[in-house]
Amino acid sequence: MSIIVSGLGHTYHPGTPLETHALRDISFKFPAGTWFSVVGHTGSGKSTLAQHLNGILLPMEGEIFIDGLEVKEKSPSLRDIRRKVGLVFQYPEQQLFAETVSDELAFAPRNWGVPEQDIPGRVAAAAAQVGLDEGCLGRSPFHLSGGEKRKAAIASVLSSLPDYLVLDEPTAGLDSFSRKELTRLLSGLRKEGMGILLVTHDLDIALQMSDRILVLDGGRRTVCDTPAAVLDHLRSHPVPGLQLPEIAALSAALRERGKDVPLTWDWKEIKSALFGSQK
Amino acid sequence: MPRKTVCELRDVTFVYPGGAAGGSGCASPALRNVTLSIYEGEWVALLGSNGSGKSTLAKHLNALLVPSQGDCLVYGLSTRDEKNVFPIRSTVAMVFQNPENQIVGTVVEEDAAFGPENQGVPPDEIVQRVEVALAVAGLLEKRKKPTYTLSGGEKQRLAVAGALAMDTPCLVLDEPTAMLDPAGRAELLRVLRNLHASGKTIVSITHRLEEILSCDRAIILHRGEIAWEGTVSALFLSDLPFKEWGLDIPPLVSFWRDLRAEGRSVPPVPTVAAMADALCQ
Ligand SMILES: Nc1ncnc2c1ncn2[C@@H]1O[C@H](COP(=O)(O)OP(=O)(O)OP(=O)(O)O)[C@@H](O)[C@H]1O
Ligand SMILES: Nc1ncnc2c1ncn2[C@@H]1O[C@H](COP(=O)(O)OP(=O)(O)O)[C@@H](O)[C@H]1O
Ligand SMILES: [Mg+2]
Ligand SMILES: [Mg+2]
Repeated sequence: MSIIVSGLGHTYHPGTPLETHALRDISFKFPAGTWFSVVGHTGSGKSTLAQHLNGILLPMEGEIFIDGLEVKEKSPSLRDIRRKVGLVFQYPEQQLFAETVSDELAFAPRNWGVPEQDIPGRVAAAAAQVGLDEGCLGRSPFHLSGGEKRKAAIASVLSSLPDYLVLDEPTAGLDSFSRKELTRLLSGLRKEGMGILLVTHDLDIALQMSDRILVLDGGRRTVCDTPAAVLDHLRSHPVPGLQLPEIAALSAALRERGKDVPLTWDWKEIKSALFGSQK
Repeated sequence: MPRKTVCELRDVTFVYPGGAAGGSGCASPALRNVTLSIYEGEWVALLGSNGSGKSTLAKHLNALLVPSQGDCLVYGLSTRDEKNVFPIRSTVAMVFQNPENQIVGTVVEEDAAFGPENQGVPPDEIVQRVEVALAVAGLLEKRKKPTYTLSGGEKQRLAVAGALAMDTPCLVLDEPTAMLDPAGRAELLRVLRNLHASGKTIVSITHRLEEILSCDRAIILHRGEIAWEGTVSALFLSDLPFKEWGLDIPPLVSFWRDLRAEGRSVPPVPTVAAMADALCQ
C-alpha cells in the first residue's frame, strides 16, 4: 500500500503567455503509514503537487497511483481516491463553506456514507483532536479567528478518517502550543497507520518527524531522502528559499570554525559536545 | 522629549455582533478593558494564542472595527467618528491575516496600486511606488500576472507590497510571515527593520518568537486581555506561563537561557551569529 508518483509534470495555462511549469518530472514513493514531508521555496510547486494526490488536479505528464488506483481523467476510481486521500488546503477559506463548523465537520463523513448515528461522534472526536473549542461548533466557520479556521479545516478532513492525510502548510497561523499539539496528533495518526504527507516551511518539524523529505526547487526534485541526509545536503547545497533551522545553522557554523559538534537540530547535543554532560 | 502617541486604546472592550450571546466557549468579548499606547517610531510585537484577540485589536488600529466600549484614537482622532476614517486609513496601512481577503486587483501591479490610488497619489508617483514595493516584495517578475495565478506565499507578499506602496507612517501587519518560506520570512524582517530604522511605527503579529528580536516591545494578549507587556529581552529572560499563552520559547533562546543560567558568557541577543561567536571564544 503506497502512493507512487512517477515522472509527474504540470504546466499551468500551456501555450499561453501565462504558461508556468509548476512541476517537472517528479517521482517518489510514499508508503502507507509513513510520514513524508515536502519542503521548498514559495512557488516551488508544493501546492500543485498536493492537489494532484487526491485528484483535484490530474496529471498532464507522468502517473500517480494511490494503493494501485490510478489518478487520471474519467477514472472510475476517482471517488475512491478522494475518499482514501484527504487534502487540507493551504488557505482554510479555500475549503470552508458550511453554515456552521459542526456541519463543516459532518460533511465529509456524511458524503462517504457514514451512518447518521455515528456522525456526532466523528464531529466531536475531530474537533477534540485538533483542540477546537466546543463553543466554536455552532458558529459560522467564517467568523472564527485565523487559527480557529485552520483547526476547523483540519478537523473537517480528519472526520472522514482518510488512509492518507495531505496537509498543505497546516501549521501556518497556529500558535506554538497548537503547532506542537498538531505535530503530536499527526505522529499518533501515523502510528495508527495513516500516511501523513506534510507540506511545510517548518523544517524543524520535517526533520524531526519525517521518514522521508522531498525538497522542491522551481518545480524540480532537488533531493528526496531521510532527514539526516537532507540536512547534510542542505548544508552543502543551499536551496533557494530554504534555511537551516537556527540550531542546525548554529551547529553548522560551529563545525565550520573547527568545533567538534554534530550537525544536529537539538541544542542539547551541541551543549554536551562542547561542555560534556557535566552540570 | 515626550514621545508622540500614534495609537491609543482607552479601556476598550469589543464584542462581535451576535457574539457574547449564549455564552458558548469562543463567544465572550474578543477584547476586554484593553488600554495601551503605541508611540511614534516604535516596533511593537503583538503575541498570544489562537483566538486571544490579536487580529481584533489590529483591526481597531485602522478603524475597521470600532470599540463596543471605550475609545480608540489614532493620532488623536477617534475611530468612532465617520469623518476620521479616511485620514486614519491613510496613515495606518494594514496587512490582513488572510491575503485572499485583501487582494482586490485582477493583475498584480493593479492590486499593489489600489492603496495609493485611494489616497489620491499622482499617477506618476503611483507607478514609482508600486515598482519599489513590488521589488521589495520580490514580485517584480510577476507584475503583469493575474493575481489568481499566485501561489499562497506570493499572495502574502503582494498584500505586503500593497501596504508598502501606501508609504504610511504606521504599518500594522497581521501574521505577515505565516505563509512565507524561511528565506522570505528573513527578507520581510529585514524590510521591516529598515522601515523601523527610517522612523516608521510598526505593529506586527506573529506566533514565532524568533521573529521579534528586533522589536522594541512585546504585548501578550490572553483571552482578550493584556496579560503581559515589556521589552523583548525581559520577555526572553522571564519565567512566564508561556505555554498557557500559546507561546513557546524558540530552541535557540532555550539554549541561550540555559547557558546564561549556568553563568557562561552569552550574547545580549540570541542570534545564530552572535551565539556562534560566543561559543567560539
Ligand atoms: N467575525 C467574527 N465574528 C465573531 N467572532 C469572531 C470574529 N472574528 C473573530 N472572532 C472571535 O473573537 C475572538 C478573537 O479573535 P481574533 O481573530 O482577534 O483572534 P487572534 O488572536 O487573531 O487569533 P489567531 O491567532 O487564531 O489569528 C475569538 O474568540 C474569535 O472566535
Ligand atoms: N492557478 C494557477 N494558474 C497559473 N499559475 C499558477 C496557478 N497556481 C500556481 N501557479 C504558479 O505555479 C507555481 C507553483 O505554485 P504552487 O504549487 O502554488 O507553489 P507553492 O505551493 O510551492 O508555493 C508558481 O509559480 C505559481 O505562481
Ligand atoms: Mg502553496
Ligand atoms: Mg488573527
